Amino acid sequence: MSEEATPTKATLYERIGGEAAVNAAVELFYRKVLSDHRINRFFANTNMDEQIAKQKAFFTMAFGGPNTYTGTDMRNAHAALVKRGLDDSHFDAVMEHLGATLQELNVPADLIGEAAAIAESVRNDILGK
Amino acid sequence: MKKIVLGNQEMSCQSDETLLDALLRHEVAIPYSCRQGVCQSCVVRSLDVVPPLLSQRGLKDVQQKQNYFLACKCYPEHDMEIALSQQASFFTEGTVVGKALLNTETVLLSIQCNDALDFYAGQFVNLQRADGLTRSYSIANSRLHATELTFHVRRLPGGRFSEWAHGDLQIGDTLKVSEPQGLCFYLPDRPEQNMLLIGTGSGLAPLAGIISEALQQGHTGDIYLFHGSRDREGLYWIEEMQALQQQYSNFHYTPCISNGLVPDGFAQGRANDVAMQALPKLNAWRVYLCGHPDMVNQTKIQAFLKGASSIDIYSDAFHVTPDLTPSSATTTIS
Repeated sequence: MSEEATPTKATLYERIGGEAAVNAAVELFYRKVLSDHRINRFFANTNMDEQIAKQKAFFTMAFGGPNTYTGTDMRNAHAALVKRGLDDSHFDAVMEHLGATLQELNVPADLIGEAAAIAESVRNDILGK
Repeated sequence: MKKIVLGNQEMSCQSDETLLDALLRHEVAIPYSCRQGVCQSCVVRSLDVVPPLLSQRGLKDVQQKQNYFLACKCYPEHDMEIALSQQASFFTEGTVVGKALLNTETVLLSIQCNDALDFYAGQFVNLQRADGLTRSYSIANSRLHATELTFHVRRLPGGRFSEWAHGDLQIGDTLKVSEPQGLCFYLPDRPEQNMLLIGTGSGLAPLAGIISEALQQGHTGDIYLFHGSRDREGLYWIEEMQALQQQYSNFHYTPCISNGLVPDGFAQGRANDVAMQALPKLNAWRVYLCGHPDMVNQTKIQAFLKGASSIDIYSDAFHVTPDLTPSSATTTIS
């Protein structure tokens, strides 16, 4: 549920289940990421609570929910990771876990598609292209 | 319009304005990022009234209980006095009433305070010597003893406070004692929840406080304690914990030794690894981690991957102070 006013059509964020859906998804997703040897070096060795807050922001964004991140924020936040080798293959792996997480939560396929498209739209910003 | 007090500063918060916006309008240097209650950068603490419910959503129960809240989600309902950091003030004085060795490197310090401390088992205080030298130590007892506090002070080579506490500090000497601090503590709200506690060295102190508090409160879930050290000499309170295990069928104690000879009744390996091998799943468990920062950080992830929810993982990393600066966020020993 969202506290924001909802005049007409329900947003993806609302249809998918709002903050409760984000909370359910984040831990499932982060466990997958930390267990994936292709990408866990980009997520480990940091403060876990901060990481979880970041994943929450990521899911809120992917669900089209309230977030104020701009393309520039995304670039700046990931610049250090790009220097360490972050590329399309890693982004693909994250997308894979995003899809699997939402499937596990029984989110309908069309909504998963919408969320994936939103996440996909920040690929170039994240990879600094 | 509500009045907001921050230290010596008094300011206004309009009715259609969040506390974060009001603080920024008054040019208060407060960290913030998402402004949507997600990133939790702008967490602050109310010193008087209970903050609005909505502004505490997503915070840990221990933070909510201590009136922490998110400034970006707060439309103040009353006038408020707030604090930005967790910096605690000194509020009472204590007298050393007991000093006894727990093992070759750790002394049990008992301090009788002039005022009763309203603390939660597992929290820490700052102890201050007359010349201002200050270090943080975890309270090792339960809330039953609100005026006589006990601490486990480990001697570190070159550690100015700990060497003084082991050497010159005498029974009858006085110290200043701060307000209790820290978010790694026990709340009795879910007595059926299983608990895992892992500590290294003097990390046993807050865990022992948490365990005796939980048992006194009638905690019914299983309580597993893994206490680790390099060698047998680094452990202490072994008989006491074994006696507690005899007394309470839901308390399970495993002393762990990571190097050298391992006598009967001890587990071989690092405490966190022994624990993770012994317990197949941690779904819906509460986890407390105290001690060496590397152990704490590594075990957080291990426990999370075993199914513990991040909101149920409480930790206190013991950092060694390199200089005089007292730490604010985490327990410091030296």
